Amino acid sequence: MAKKNVNGLNQAPGPERPAMNLKRRKRPGENVIQSLLFFAGFFSIFTTLGIVYELGKEAWLFFRLPEVNIWKFLTGTQWQPHINEFGILPLVSATLVTTAIAMLIAIPLGLAAAIYLSEYASKKTRNTLKPALEILAGIPTIVYGYFALTFVTPLLRTIFGSGIVDIYNTGSAGLVMGILILPLIASISEDALNAVPRSLREAAYGLGATKLEVAIKIVLPAALSGIAAAVILGISRAIGETMIVAVAAGAGPNFTLNPFKAAETMTGHIVRISGGDLSYDSIDYNSIFAIGLMLFFMTLTLNIISQRFVRRFREVYE
Amino acid sequence: MTETNSVFETRSLSIFYGNFMAVTDVNINIPRHKITAIIGPSGCGKSTLLRAFNRMNELVPDTHIHGEVLFEGQNLYEKNVDPVEVRYRIGMVFQKANPFPKSIYENVAWAARIHGFKGDMDELVESSLRQAALWDEVKDILKQSGLSLSGGQQQRLCIARAIAVKPEVILMDEPASALDPIATLKIEELMQELKQKYTIVIVTHNMQQAARVSDYTAMMMLTGETRAGTVIEFEATNKIFTRPSDKRTEDYVTGRFG
Repeated sequence: MAKKNVNGLNQAPGPERPAMNLKRRKRPGENVIQSLLFFAGFFSIFTTLGIVYELGKEAWLFFRLPEVNIWKFLTGTQWQPHINEFGILPLVSATLVTTAIAMLIAIPLGLAAAIYLSEYASKKTRNTLKPALEILAGIPTIVYGYFALTFVTPLLRTIFGSGIVDIYNTGSAGLVMGILILPLIASISEDALNAVPRSLREAAYGLGATKLEVAIKIVLPAALSGIAAAVILGISRAIGETMIVAVAAGAGPNFTLNPFKAAETMTGHIVRISGGDLSYDSIDYNSIFAIGLMLFFMTLTLNIISQRFVRRFREVYE
Repeated sequence: MTETNSVFETRSLSIFYGNFMAVTDVNINIPRHKITAIIGPSGCGKSTLLRAFNRMNELVPDTHIHGEVLFEGQNLYEKNVDPVEVRYRIGMVFQKANPFPKSIYENVAWAARIHGFKGDMDELVESSLRQAALWDEVKDILKQSGLSLSGGQQQRLCIARAIAVKPEVILMDEPASALDPIATLKIEELMQELKQKYTIVIVTHNMQQAARVSDYTAMMMLTGETRAGTVIEFEATNKIFTRPSDKRTEDYVTGRFG
């Protein structure tokens, strides 16, 4: 039979509803889930803090040594621990050379690949090419290292002459690192380009724009923040990349910007020193933490610069 | 309607998405410097037909047409016709306002610039915005993003953007369907101004709107066994709404279905 609800209206027939109770109910499951999610989010932050603490502590042990002078550390052009010369510039210069060469390859090719995949390729081509490109990123970096040493270096020596190109050189390490990073930049940039709404493309086509004009002048600027993120990620990866430079770039600090000379990067040096027979608390051991801290600051600075850049130039489309 | 007074003429036009026939056998003439409305129930191919007039359909892969679309007597689907040129002369305004994420000024100037406009850009921007009845509202904020404007203003910015390349025709795909009545009224008033200089084809869901703004109306409906859309009646608007000759049109415009 029809019942009256609060308003005196007939209620639809059906199972009887429990008496009204608007009191807040306890949902313990919600709290558990919420704290798990919170923990997951902060896990990476705690880890980062832990790393910074450890780096800072060991680096502090290095910098307070009487042989070390922080000014000479930052500006010195000699890194020769056995004579207590700790100038980080040769290591930094090698890192910058390999990174610059890698980005010279990875940014234009990666962006071009991304534009092709997102604006030109048919759906079928894209669905084949993109996974193939991502496989490139899955090859172990040690393989890339030997590819640099046994294929690219001999190639460079044939082209430029073996008198000019050292057997170990930053150029071939940088080139191969560029190939390693290319898919990373292509893939993330492609996602960013793809996220630009179709309506913007239609607007441009509707005005009589060509495919290239739509891609370069409408889609690319609208996707700039994602592309900048891809580039920064690529640079950070290049600065931190270790195996390729350890194998192919050289094993001795050398203050030079010549890409045909052997030079040891910051990561390459850390790997060589930590692979050796070192006692805890020796000056060599502590020095690699100082280099690690320097690496950390370099990538941090890059991230800050990129955030500024994106805020300045981004075209917000929503 | 004589030949010279129509801008478009379709001849047995059918439009396909892959194997699916969306629109079939459309034969209409779009008169010059008039507003032609395309009405009909959802999914009957109104937008598809509209987009055949500036070859926008082919941005969707696998779309093709049978028949001809003559623009000033020339078949737009001839092999040697460049769709970029076609869209340059036949502008489009979309259902949802889609200004570029650039400044108001740049929104209007962009297309003129890519087409190599050499004249006074400030003047072009101002006159386009004036024609779109937007100048007074934005003249002091030309550097702001086009997306900072209200929905109705954004849509008028899109109209200004289309006008700036001096098209002969403006196609409008439900330009006011996302706007409130006041913004809609502004767009409709604007259309009356614009038809002095441009031919306008508008797709609309809103029959009152078609009755208010258009001179001619094409009534579309799904027909036949293939359930493809076609124009069942094409007449002067007041005739369509007062004395339609097709029973289905009468049922539709009097609100008996659809």
